[in-house]
Amino acid sequence: MKLLASHIRKVYDEKPVLVDCSCEFADRNITVLMGRNGCGKSTFLRICALLEHADGGTVTYADADSVLPPDLALRRRITLVLPRIGVFNTTVSGNVAYGLMIRGVSRREIPRRVHNALAFVALEHKTEQRALTLSSGETQRLGIARALAIEPEILFLDEPTASVDEENTGIIESIILKMKEEMRTTVIMTTHDRDQAERVADELLYLKNGRLEALR
Amino acid sequence: MYSFTEGFRQAFVLILHLDAQLIGIILLSLKVSGLALVIATVLGLPLGAVLGLTRFPGRGLAVSIMNTFMGLPPVVVGLFVYLLLSRKGPLGFLGLLYSPTAMIIAQTILAFPIVTALCRSAIVSVDLIIRQAAQTLGATRQQETLTIIREARFGILSAIIAAFGRVMAEVGAILIVGGNIAGYTRVMTTTIALETDKGNFELALALGFVLLSISFAINFVLLRVQQRSLGRTA
Repeated sequence: MKLLASHIRKVYDEKPVLVDCSCEFADRNITVLMGRNGCGKSTFLRICALLEHADGGTVTYADADSVLPPDLALRRRITLVLPRIGVFNTTVSGNVAYGLMIRGVSRREIPRRVHNALAFVALEHKTEQRALTLSSGETQRLGIARALAIEPEILFLDEPTASVDEENTGIIESIILKMKEEMRTTVIMTTHDRDQAERVADELLYLKNGRLEALR
Repeated sequence: MYSFTEGFRQAFVLILHLDAQLIGIILLSLKVSGLALVIATVLGLPLGAVLGLTRFPGRGLAVSIMNTFMGLPPVVVGLFVYLLLSRKGPLGFLGLLYSPTAMIIAQTILAFPIVTALCRSAIVSVDLIIRQAAQTLGATRQQETLTIIREARFGILSAIIAAFGRVMAEVGAILIVGGNIAGYTRVMTTTIALETDKGNFELALALGFVLLSISFAINFVLLRVQQRSLGRTA
């Protein structure tokens, strides 16, 4: 599945945040979007993930040259992990199972996919723990596991390591690289950490003054 | 002169011997208040969710009315239902006055604003990030709403328990519309009032203990529910 953002424009309180952002995201690549705090990275990501409307421009998803309508079926092929992931007040496995349950995945299938997703982020030993008691690094990994369980074709990560320690940052980076290698997921993420961007990015974009520049 | 200790002793004898009259009164109380609570919850939870999750003209007014009605005086509700159901009232043809049904109607009116207002409060206190998380994971609008209600479940349970405590303890409304008829509409609170007037303190005291025990149980459950709900959304 291909994603094309063209001439995206967004204004908040009469202040233009995104002026003219265009980008074609390569399939099965890791694209990292950098920029200063408040420059509009998250807004651009949310618009691409169909969670917010742009004031101008278009976001187009295409599958084998046919354009996909921005409906529920498309929304369920992509997902975004928020910087504060929004933990549901249930167990770790209950959180990961959520996306599967709302898709009507069979009850026999769910435990296997939950286990695989948790194993992928090295949280399988916390399956029955209450999710609200996880550390911030584990919580971020739970967010990724929750997204991976639904096997998205495009995964958006908004500042996945902004509030986690160094050890968990390393773990999360290796998870992102492993996703590309093993699951062949297209990853589009934001970060303000230049070194991290260099470590994981196939393509590196910089958002400045509401416009995108390709750095790599 | 009435002996305080003797009264207590006889009250416990009544409770321990599972006195048929006592059991009948307790069961009727639980039935009336329980059914009123079920109806109030079936109506109040969806309304609380609508008030908490949607925006429409007059919503603020509706919330203010519900909050005000949480403190409805039971005697006023009793009077209102009495006028509705009395022979010359608009619903007099139903012949419901002085029946358990009339008592259920009165207690439903008392419990409904409590369930609605506290459910709304529980629902609006769910972190906005929960709705966004549900959206990112592919939830429909209906699934988002159900997710928020599920996240508010401890608050909703607290609302229901608070309403149950209120209707179990009230006497004014059911006394007016039920008439306190022995074996038919006589419940714990109305019996306590009547038997105290008559000087039959044993039964009044026994029922007082049972009522206190039920109140204690309700508050104990409420505390446990509140403790379980502690924990922040990450």
